[in-house]
Amino acid sequence: MSLTLNRAGLSRDAYKGVATTLCAGCGHNSITNHLIKALYELGVEPHRLAKMSGIGCSSKTPAYFVETAHGFNGVHGRMPALTTGAQLANRNLIMLGVSGDGDSMSIGLGQFMHLVRRNVDCTLVIEDNGTYGLTKGQFSATADIGSVQKKGQVNTFQPIDPCAVALTLGCSFVARSFSGDGKQLVPLIKAALSHRGTAVLDVISPCVTFNDHDGSTKSYSWVKEHEEAIQEVDFIPFFQEIQADYEPGTLHSVEMPDGSHLLLKKLSEDYDPSDRIRAMRMIEQSRERGQLLTGLLYLDESMADFASHEKVTSGALRDLGEGDLRIPREPFDKFIGEFA
Amino acid sequence: MSAQVINDLVFQAATVNGSGSQSANLVLTRAIFSMGIPVAPKNVFPSNIEGLPTWYQLRVTPEGYQARKGDPDLVVALNPATWSNDLKSIRPGGAVIHEEAYSTADPRTDITYYPVPFAKLAKTQIESDALRKQLTNLIYVGVVAKLLEIPFEAIEHGIRRVFQTKPKAWEVNIDAVRVGWRYCEENLQKNDPFVLRPMTGKTDGMILIEGNQAAAIGTLMGGCTVAAWYPITPSSSLCENLIAYSDRFRVGADGSKRIAIVQAEDELAAVGMAIGAGWAGARAMTSTSGPGLSLMAEFAGLAYYAEIPVVIWDIQRVGPSTGLPTRTAQADVAFAFTLSHGDTKHIVLLPGSVAECYEFGMAAFDLADRFQTPVFVLSDLDLGMNLWMSKPFDYPEAPFDRGKVLSAEDLERLHGDWGRYRDVDGDGIPYRTLPGTDHPAAGYFTRGSGHDENAKYTEAADAYRRNLDRIGRKLDGSRPALPQPVIQQSGSEVGIIAFGSSDVAVVEARELLSGQGLRTDYLRLRALPLAESVVEFIRDHQRVYVVEQNRDGQVYDLIRLETPPDLVGRLRSIRNYDGQPIPAEAITRPLLELEAVPA
Repeated sequence: MSLTLNRAGLSRDAYKGVATTLCAGCGHNSITNHLIKALYELGVEPHRLAKMSGIGCSSKTPAYFVETAHGFNGVHGRMPALTTGAQLANRNLIMLGVSGDGDSMSIGLGQFMHLVRRNVDCTLVIEDNGTYGLTKGQFSATADIGSVQKKGQVNTFQPIDPCAVALTLGCSFVARSFSGDGKQLVPLIKAALSHRGTAVLDVISPCVTFNDHDGSTKSYSWVKEHEEAIQEVDFIPFFQEIQADYEPGTLHSVEMPDGSHLLLKKLSEDYDPSDRIRAMRMIEQSRERGQLLTGLLYLDESMADFASHEKVTSGALRDLGEGDLRIPREPFDKFIGEFA
Repeated sequence: MSAQVINDLVFQAATVNGSGSQSANLVLTRAIFSMGIPVAPKNVFPSNIEGLPTWYQLRVTPEGYQARKGDPDLVVALNPATWSNDLKSIRPGGAVIHEEAYSTADPRTDITYYPVPFAKLAKTQIESDALRKQLTNLIYVGVVAKLLEIPFEAIEHGIRRVFQTKPKAWEVNIDAVRVGWRYCEENLQKNDPFVLRPMTGKTDGMILIEGNQAAAIGTLMGGCTVAAWYPITPSSSLCENLIAYSDRFRVGADGSKRIAIVQAEDELAAVGMAIGAGWAGARAMTSTSGPGLSLMAEFAGLAYYAEIPVVIWDIQRVGPSTGLPTRTAQADVAFAFTLSHGDTKHIVLLPGSVAECYEFGMAAFDLADRFQTPVFVLSDLDLGMNLWMSKPFDYPEAPFDRGKVLSAEDLERLHGDWGRYRDVDGDGIPYRTLPGTDHPAAGYFTRGSGHDENAKYTEAADAYRRNLDRIGRKLDGSRPALPQPVIQQSGSEVGIIAFGSSDVAVVEARELLSGQGLRTDYLRLRALPLAESVVEFIRDHQRVYVVEQNRDGQVYDLIRLETPPDLVGRLRSIRNYDGQPIPAEAITRPLLELEAVPA
């Protein structure tokens, strides 16, 4: 635990929340710790953070980090609408949405897709365990074909892949990671938070109670066995010097809007996170091979986020007063006169 | 010829929708209005884009009655599909202007027929092929104008007014009107009593505006900064007008906008966006109709329980289900009042005029912010989509009431000691902070699950009850702050209670009843929960008739629930639910019948 103060003048403790009520060993608890680390290291000011969630085990987690930030635990599957409205009301907020596979891929699928289409400036962490934990273990839409419930039922439906769906809709930031892999996940979280637009982060997060058994493709053991990292990722915030302890390889530098850089190291020669079709192909291929493709799958910094596209004024809409919002008296009377 | 009937008739054009007849209807309306004559137009259109019947009723009276009146005096029949029924609908002594080619076998002997070869005239005297279909309707305007003795200048004004953004269209439209005017002059013999003469003193300075336009203006002047909507008849024009007005008045010199208006993917998302924006401190609204309101039920409960301001307009149409999308009703009142599962009761505003659509459009935001709760504004298709005469709208004097919001400075002063759901002032209304407030004590977790005074999650029974009871007290305590009933009382035995667009029919009905020797008092309800004066009004009368436009007597039931047992028997219910705006006779007839029954 670090007592060092970050650039916001806060220690890591300031980024903690209340004690978790999730099961011991839950993948979501690991993700929460990685979120705390990422937010602390990035130096995010807690009052600027807006933690959004739907309903479910994953949606409880915003209470477990950055206790002093505002949070909104909404209704099942409808977090994207709340996030869109809040972001429009105040563009200075950093929107961080935490959801689950049920919340985002079943009931919330429509809103997820339209959030991505609009490229609303927010980070969406999908804590993906292939199951409905809070209601005791029903399959979710991301459960793989052939995966087996604890009670023995087998899923025969095609799984929905959040990353594939996001890519099809032109999402500007698509990544996947694993709750147990902090070395990969923390930089991805930082990159997502710095991205201007919708950043979808699908994080495989084994459910110890309902989906972490041998028949599940989202269990710890399965993932560790089958995971294939597509590239090493590090994120360098603009206020830090570059650390140089990586294997030499091709460096691909992308400038983020806030001045920081995302450094990609290509592990596979023919992979390029700026090629959407290639990303989609790789996801399909890895699925056929039964593999878990992790890393930053796609990145496009050039797309305008929703509020910019709608030309919303750069100050927060919620701060505007009568002078900015009401038609002045004489033009008003003239306007009403047009209806005569 | 019989004595002239001046400025007093019901005109109806029976045409085919999508044929351009609406422009012609509006030209006639504006022309007559410009003569100083009160007009009450009612458009009856199908749920369709083109090809089905549509009727435009234009009621003209010297008194300025705005309610619909049943059968027309003068009909323009341009739809062969409805010809036979249109003929039957005309009152004795009336007249019909019809396409000459229609069959007049077995004619009525109590009305005048004016055959006009519209199709032939259009073909031979309208040059433009592309515009012929639309301009045919302007020919009817010319015939009607000549018959009713409308000055041609008034028609020209009507054309310039209706086509004000397209001056190039004026000439060709005026020419088409002249075709009908000339045909009438040269071929038709006036044999009906109806004429129009310019008037003064009745419409001076008045505007003619739709309820949805007025609502949009109120929304803008009320400080809305986030609006989300999904298209649905008859609500769409509210947000479409808001978009148009925002493009004029909410854009900076650099092109940046001081409002965000989102066409959402469905009504669920629309109200969700409005609630997210309200939570973050913006004045946010959405507008829909019945089917959309059903979809908003879950979110309404979240906003109620988590206490988030949001304004929701329901422009009511006929239900249940898809119902009759282009017909009017007041059948969502009970639903809106308790929208969501669990114990929920909401503030519902009931505008009764276009001026109130404007005023309540602004007031709704003040109430939502003050009481930290959803505010529903219930209009209807009749009020929303028809043109109504009104005095020009007043400029708002008062600043916005943003309600109880703690700033960073406030929190500093309190040394951070506050709780989101604490009843500090005893009125049940807590204080809130907005996301983005720079103070370590500002943040809290908003949730729809059980919470205590400090917004902490709890399943404890006593905390749950305390909190829910406080919310109940909060809403109960809102009654005096809501638009109060408008009461006209002078010691009559009989009272009438009504709300919304029924008002104009009640006004007319009361005059008719008074003419027959029955004096009535009148309470016009303007909000729920009910003001105390409603029960007092019942106490002051022997018999009280609750008038509404739904099948089940929804407001009659709501009033009965709050009326003491010894007074409940005085209440009677009058219901009109055929999808058409209620006419005065739909009130007078049942009321007189019920009055004739011995107590």
